[in-house]
Amino acid sequence: MAAEAAALAKLDGVEKHFGAVRALAGVDLTVAPGECVGLVGHNGAGKSTLMNVLAGVFAPDQGTIQIGGENVTGKYSVVSAQSEGVRCVFQELSLCPNLTVAENTRIMHPSLTGLAWRRKASALIIAKLDEIFPNHGISASSVVGDLSIAQRQMVEIARAFTETDTEARLVILDEPTSSLDEIIAQQLLTYVRKHAATGRSAVLISHLLGEILSTSDRIVVMRDGTVVASRQAGEFDRDALVAAMGHVADDSEEDETKDAAARSEEPIRVSMKRREGEASDFIARRGEIVGLAGLGGQGQTRMLLRIFDASGSSGQDDVDGTVAFIAGDRQTDGIFPLWWISENIAVGSLRERLRRLLIDYGAQDGLARDWRDRLSIQTPDMNNNILSLSGGNQQKALFARALGSKAEIILMDDPMRGVDVGTKREVYAILHQEAAKGRTFLWYTTETDELKHCDHAYVFNNGAIVADLARDELTEERVLQASFQALA
Amino acid sequence: MNRIGFNPRLARALLPALSLAVILGTIFYLQPRTMSYFGLNLLLNLAIPIALATIAQMFIICVNDLDLSIGSYVSFTACIAATLLHDTPLLGLAALIGCVIVYAALGALIHIRNLPAIVVTLGMSFVWMGAAILVLPTPGGEAPTWLSGLMGWDPPYVPFPIIASIVIAVIIHIGLMWSPYGAVLRGVGGNPKAVQRAGWSLLRAKITMYALAGVFGALAGLALVGLTTSADANIALRYTLLSIAGVILGGGEFVGGRVSPIGAVIGAMTLTLAGSFLSFLRLNPDWQIGAQGAILIIVLALRVLINRSEARR
Repeated sequence: MAAEAAALAKLDGVEKHFGAVRALAGVDLTVAPGECVGLVGHNGAGKSTLMNVLAGVFAPDQGTIQIGGENVTGKYSVVSAQSEGVRCVFQELSLCPNLTVAENTRIMHPSLTGLAWRRKASALIIAKLDEIFPNHGISASSVVGDLSIAQRQMVEIARAFTETDTEARLVILDEPTSSLDEIIAQQLLTYVRKHAATGRSAVLISHLLGEILSTSDRIVVMRDGTVVASRQAGEFDRDALVAAMGHVADDSEEDETKDAAARSEEPIRVSMKRREGEASDFIARRGEIVGLAGLGGQGQTRMLLRIFDASGSSGQDDVDGTVAFIAGDRQTDGIFPLWWISENIAVGSLRERLRRLLIDYGAQDGLARDWRDRLSIQTPDMNNNILSLSGGNQQKALFARALGSKAEIILMDDPMRGVDVGTKREVYAILHQEAAKGRTFLWYTTETDELKHCDHAYVFNNGAIVADLARDELTEERVLQASFQALA
Repeated sequence: MNRIGFNPRLARALLPALSLAVILGTIFYLQPRTMSYFGLNLLLNLAIPIALATIAQMFIICVNDLDLSIGSYVSFTACIAATLLHDTPLLGLAALIGCVIVYAALGALIHIRNLPAIVVTLGMSFVWMGAAILVLPTPGGEAPTWLSGLMGWDPPYVPFPIIASIVIAVIIHIGLMWSPYGAVLRGVGGNPKAVQRAGWSLLRAKITMYALAGVFGALAGLALVGLTTSADANIALRYTLLSIAGVILGGGEFVGGRVSPIGAVIGAMTLTLAGSFLSFLRLNPDWQIGAQGAILIIVLALRVLINRSEARR
């Protein structure tokens, strides 16, 4: 256990709660010097939360943190993580778009001062970019906002590996290759091995099991906020990893008896013509649940908005029917925070319930009561403020807003984010019911399990449709493969 | 819009200077006598306090806030300059330093309590105005002689307002755009979370920016009194909107930490000249404020066009 004693970072029994949701339920994790740890698990398994704890962003509710053999529980913060040489490339980009590449480097390194700081920062970041990504074509004086997503990702990765007075002792890479093409991703993985060979450590999180297997020394598998396996990489193969990650809730009884491969013969409701470089048109028929799959933020929301805009306007895209939108980001574009629950529901169909041009509050209450029963929204009174509901119930209210209107096409922008499993199941059941009645659902989801509820899915990457998958092809493996094949 | 040689970024950067050149050129054309040392001095005199107030506003806009109290704050500091600073210089200086501390405290309050800066500064605008009336109930007072001496200085060859504008622009440009901490301060406007994760204190950054706004607002008040030699509680009320317009006219954005000190000074000069420009056009004074707004709209519309052409590429 000599390696354990000399661990660079050691987490013991770490727990983290967000409200009622338990994101981490007692996690142990050790990273030895010179080790590259691969971290895998389904969405929501707690990988990102764990890394935020390791990087000092979140303080754990329970458990201890040791860095370099010293117990730092309770006094660990982003600042001390920085000074210990723990760097994190977060999933959402953390560069300042209004600053240049060199200035962003400076923000990471307080020691870059003096009159020549700009020259020093430029030299530092360009040297690292050259080392990791030869022929990157990025200039240190470019403003980050003007770079492409892939270039920004490269800058952010390179920045995490730059060293001034503190070494990059532990670099955490959370889905670093999500917007890089295969060649550049390979350059990064090669560099991570080189980094580990110098006695420094790395944690690599990726959905691409091939990357994890080829790059890691040890692989840690997480499920439902706990570590379920931690073994040397050589002891795993792809199948063993998938088995360890576990299939989430196998509810085959919900599977409707629909023909797996063929699409229904119902009339077409939505037809979006393919754009340059796209694999297929976007077609949705009456009564279908169509998934918009792929990694997060690859143009799915933009497609939903395009469909929303196309309804009622004539053009080459054809949307036949009224449209309702269910927002995924409740707080910014979903709820009206100052309104009652019933008002929040009825606003989606105000015009359908007018009495002599004025709002009919009686009908509004009726609608609200009706949907409270159907979706079992947990509240004593539908005329309470919407914020009195829990997150999941607020989301139900947003479903009620869309379903309570006469809309024939319902657009869903990853609406199940942060909703508990029980609520999800209730909503899935309603979706199937409503689809059977002839409504069309277009469902952007980042959770592959939800694709099981779709009749058909389009995989998006970099703003375009790259694959068109039938129901029986909808596995996580296939979706990821499809998103990355297109890039090569 | 994809002609060879059309570079939207360059066009956007040059737009403020170009607007200033067009207005100045037209004034010279309409009234050739302004093309002289004294002519320029007269035209641009008032640009100094406006430029300083615009710089103050720019610091606030840089961290994604908006200061609606800068006009009454400049009035208040002007009243202090014309009374306390003239009669008891030490007390006056202490009062001005106190003002800067209040600004810094406002920055801390806004950050810690996560309050909307617009609401807090709108409230403060009445506080400053009330305080100004307490200090100087009726228009009057007298500027300290050194101050009116400085503002009335006639350096050889180049008029003072031009020298002052260049000095202000260059100093702020070096401080905010070139200094290592300046990059962090602008980063706070661009992506506060990223700056915080890199281990910087957002509170310290906000306090710094608000304190700087307090300093430059006070300097604007001093410069104004130096020019007018007396003060009035309402002397600079319109500076609030002028300063916001100046920042935006100078190429700044309301959010995202995209500001330009040189642009802000140019924007302030453009707005100052716009008034004279309209007088030279012999426009009925009733229409002047509307016409000033029209100039603003035209320049901003041009910028939107440039941005669009950039987005289309």
